[in-house]
Amino acid sequence: MQTHQAKRVAIIIEQVMQSRLTDAMTDAGVTGWTVLPVLGGSGQSGAWSREGQISRGTGMVQVVCVIRPERLDELLEAAFAVVERHIGIVSVSDCEVLRAERF
Amino acid sequence: MDQILSLAAANLLSPIILSFALGVAAALARSDLNIPEAVAKGMSIYLLFAIGFKGGVSVADHGLDVTLGLSLLAGVVLSAVLPLIAFALLQVMGNLSRLDAAAVAAHYGSISIVTFVAATSVLEGSGIASEGYMVAVAAAMEAPAILSALWLISRGGDSRRMDSDLLREIMLNGSIVLLVGSFLIGWVTGAEGLAKIEAFIVSPFQGVLCLFLLDMGLVAGRGLRGGSGVLRPGVLTFGMVMPLVGATLGLGTGLLLGLTTGGVALFMVLSASASYIAVPAAMRVALPEANPSIYLTLSLGVTFPFNLTLGIPIYVAVASALTGG
Repeated sequence: MQTHQAKRVAIIIEQVMQSRLTDAMTDAGVTGWTVLPVLGGSGQSGAWSREGQISRGTGMVQVVCVIRPERLDELLEAAFAVVERHIGIVSVSDCEVLRAERF
Repeated sequence: MDQILSLAAANLLSPIILSFALGVAAALARSDLNIPEAVAKGMSIYLLFAIGFKGGVSVADHGLDVTLGLSLLAGVVLSAVLPLIAFALLQVMGNLSRLDAAAVAAHYGSISIVTFVAATSVLEGSGIASEGYMVAVAAAMEAPAILSALWLISRGGDSRRMDSDLLREIMLNGSIVLLVGSFLIGWVTGAEGLAKIEAFIVSPFQGVLCLFLLDMGLVAGRGLRGGSGVLRPGVLTFGMVMPLVGATLGLGTGLLLGLTTGGVALFMVLSASASYIAVPAAMRVALPEANPSIYLTLSLGVTFPFNLTLGIPIYVAVASALTGG
């Protein structure tokens, strides 16, 4: 089956910043993304778990989107402006999609 | 003193405090006891709705007076001023960075609605009346402290912009909307409205509060387990001194306003408590460089248990002694 090259951008960010990030992505012309809950993890601030978090200020989410390679820089610039001062990880990986016109 | 001790003993052996203690003990012992997130959220909605509704009904019963407006104003001023005092105290006691101190200070100007709910429960159990509109005062005291903290930071030459999205999130956060909304519904529908839903929001209240405090105990215990290393002795002491400073200001304010014994006690509780829901979220957006382990462990792991176990009986006894209640 014919597949097409694409970029998969995964951004793990604090829950309070989610709408700010997705708004910035929309402004950068990204129309599709998926938000996933994060159960826990560990990083520079130590171990963290979603279990028992009382404030949404301490929760994390992962925002994932798949885009055409030529749109990557615009997305990263928009995303970085939001996440720069915050805890989180931005990662980019190559992927293949079946329906290129959707991205 | 006898009154304080007897109230403290009765409070410590009440089901809500013992439930909280169970949660803390379970978390410290690394038990897998857990309240599902959705259940905890549901209980929080129930408690906020019930306390807001009952406050509104009380205002409908007793009518409005000028003290309501003055109490709201006093609440806003207290919430804005308390962070300045907390910040100054932290500079002396805490040896924290300016950012961390401002973030902690914001928590101590805002309020803990769960502490407020527990205090109303203690007052009801002791047969002490309070002004129903104290619920509205609680809502009014949530946000001003955040603005004070940002002002403190800007004075240090680090200007932080309060964007409109953050302001909207603070002013319209779910707790405030639910509390004020249910207060208005209770006010509009009055005793007749309460009679229709009494079986739901009055009788089960204490039981739900027990389970909710069990969950709070679990969260506080986990916070203490994970974050105890970040609190230096001075900061730890601040977590128990600042509530007493706030309560003293609340006491003076309540007496000046001529509130009832219960009203004065609730003003003390509101001024003594520290936020751990609305303010942490705002701080993560506005001051992301501030260390959340410090302000969350302090407000949830130190000040909340302090107020719940010792603070509330002290505040109620002092208010009773000074108002002749």
